[in-house]
Amino acid sequence: MADLSYTELTHSAFPGGACDTDDPAVLAWLIRRHGLEMTRLSRGSHIGAVYSLAEIMAVLYTRALRVDPARPDDPGRDRLILSKGHAGAAVYAALAERGFFPVEELKTHYQNGSRLSGHVSHKGVPGVEMSTGSLGHGLAVAAGMAMGAKLDGAAWRVYCVLGDGECDEGSVWEAALQAHHYGLDNLIAVVDHNRMQSLDFCENTLRLEPFADKWKAFGWRVLPVNGHDIDALTAAFAEAQAGLGSGQPTVVLAETVKGKGVSFMENNILWHYRSPQGEEYEAALKELEAQRP
Amino acid sequence: MRDAFVRALMREAAHDERLTLITGDLGFGVLKPFWETYPKQFINAGIAEQGMTGMASGLARTGRTVLTYSIGNFPTLRCLEQIRNDCAYHEANVKIVCVGGGFVYGSLGMSHHATEDMAIIRALPGVTVFTPGDPAEVEAVVPEMLRTPGTCYLRLGRGGEPTLHRQPIGEWRLPKALTLREGKDVALLSAGGILTQTVSAADLLAAKGVSAEVVSFPSIKPIDREKILELARRFRLLVTVEEHTVVGGFGSAVAEVTAEEGLPCRVKRIGMPDIYSSIVGTQQYLRGAYQMDDAAICARTMEWLAE
Repeated sequence: MADLSYTELTHSAFPGGACDTDDPAVLAWLIRRHGLEMTRLSRGSHIGAVYSLAEIMAVLYTRALRVDPARPDDPGRDRLILSKGHAGAAVYAALAERGFFPVEELKTHYQNGSRLSGHVSHKGVPGVEMSTGSLGHGLAVAAGMAMGAKLDGAAWRVYCVLGDGECDEGSVWEAALQAHHYGLDNLIAVVDHNRMQSLDFCENTLRLEPFADKWKAFGWRVLPVNGHDIDALTAAFAEAQAGLGSGQPTVVLAETVKGKGVSFMENNILWHYRSPQGEEYEAALKELEAQRP
Repeated sequence: MRDAFVRALMREAAHDERLTLITGDLGFGVLKPFWETYPKQFINAGIAEQGMTGMASGLARTGRTVLTYSIGNFPTLRCLEQIRNDCAYHEANVKIVCVGGGFVYGSLGMSHHATEDMAIIRALPGVTVFTPGDPAEVEAVVPEMLRTPGTCYLRLGRGGEPTLHRQPIGEWRLPKALTLREGKDVALLSAGGILTQTVSAADLLAAKGVSAEVVSFPSIKPIDREKILELARRFRLLVTVEEHTVVGGFGSAVAEVTAEEGLPCRVKRIGMPDIYSSIVGTQQYLRGAYQMDDAAICARTMEWLAE
C-alpha cells in the first residue's frame, strides 16, 4: 500500500485501476472512496456529509450538469454551487474524476499550502463556481446567477446544493422568497435532507418539519426523491429541468442518510466531525470495497 | 449627495445597459427617476439585505455592474459576511451604496446611526472605499467607482448638502485628495459629508487669525498617501474629521501613514468617541453633541495648536 500513489490507491479496487466515471454508480463509489481517503489523510471532518451527497453529486456530474472539463469557464455552462461547503470533498472528488484537475491532487485536501480547502474554494480550482463554508450564502448567489441568465435569455441553469441543517439560516429563506418572486424557473435547489446537523438531529435542534410544505408555501415546486437512488435522482433532475416556463424555482428534496455506505457511520452524529483512522478506516474501506459497482 | 448620486448613475446607465441597481426596499422618491427610466435595470430585493447582496454577487458574475442600495447600516453591517465572502473574495463587480453615513438619520436612533461602517468595510481586503464630501465629489467619484474593478463601497450623506467646491473637479482618479482651502498653520483633513463642518471650521479659525488648509479625501481605501505625507511635512498638526467612530476609520488611516513614515507631526482625530449614541437629534445637533461640528472643530484645533 505504501508504494502506491494516491490515485493508484483509491482506484485499486478496480481491475487495472480502470473505471468508467460516466457511470453515476461508479462516480458515487469513487466519491465515497476519496471521501474516506481525504478525511483520513487530513484528519479532516465531514465524511458523513460527503457520504449523504455521493449519489446526488454523481448524478449531477454525469446526467444533469452541462459542463465540460476542457472549457470550465464556458459562458454557456450550467452552474453548480455547493452551499453546504463543508462537504467540499464530494465536489473536489467529482471534479477530479470528471477530468477538471488531476485525481492525485485530492491528497492535498486540507494540507498546508493546498488550494483544496476543507470548505470548498473556487480560487484556482477549475469547475468550482463559488467558495462557501459559511452556511446560507449559496442560494442567494445562485438566484443572482439565474436572474442574470434569464435577463440575457441564456439557456444555462443554476443548481444549488444545500444541507437541511443549513436551512436554519434566515438568509436561505430570503433567497427562497426572492427566487420565487422573480420567477427563477432556471434555478434548481437540491436539499441533502439527511435530517442531521452538527450536534443532533434537525428535529431536536430547530424543527424544520413540515419541511416540504415550507418550500411549497414559499412558492417552489417540490420534488421529493430518494437521494441515494440513481434512477430516481436522474428522473427528478429531468423533471426539475422541465420546470422551465413554470415561473417557479424547483427544489429537489433528496431524502438521504448521513454517513450512507458505511454501517457504523450511518445516522451517527459522531461522523459529522470524526476522522476515520486505524481500525475504523480499515473497517470502512472493507465495507466500501464490498459495494464496488 | 443622494440626488447627485442618482444623476451620476443615470448618466452611466444611459450607455451601459448591463448596469443594474438593486435596492433593499428603500429610496422612495430618490430612486424613482432611475426605475422609471431604466425599469429593466432595477430590482427591488425586498427587506432582505443578505439576499440582496448575495444576489448582487451572482448577477455580477453574469457580466454586470451591480449596485446595492440601502440606508444607514443596512447595506453594510446587516450583510457583512455576504460582502466579505460572496462579493469581495470573489472579486465580484458589486458597488455597495449607503445613504445616511454618520448621523443623517440622527432622530431615528442608534440603529440608524452609521458610525462604524468605514472602519469595518475598510478592513475587508479588496474593497475600495469612497467617502465623497459634497455633491460635486459624488458626481466625480461615481464614474471612477464604476470603472474600478471588484467590490466597492460608496458612503453618501443625505439630500440637500451644499456644493463646497468652488471649481469643477473634472475627471477624478483614485485616490486623489482634493484641496479646498490652502493654509499655513494647520491642516484639516476631512472624509465624507462632514466636509461642510470642516470648511466652516476653517472660516471660524480664519476669524481667529488661524490659517487652515482644508483637504477632502473622496476615498479612504486606497488613501492618498502622498498627500498625507506632503501635509505631514508642511504642518506640525493634522486634524482629521469624520462623522464616524475614531476607531479604525479615516483618522486611523491617516495616522497609519504618518506613523509608518515616522514623521514628527501630531495627528488628532475628531469623530465619535468609542461609544454608541443613545441620544437622538438632528444630524447637526448630534455633531454638536459629539464635538464634531464647526464650532467644536475650531475650538479643539485652537486648543491643540496652543499645546
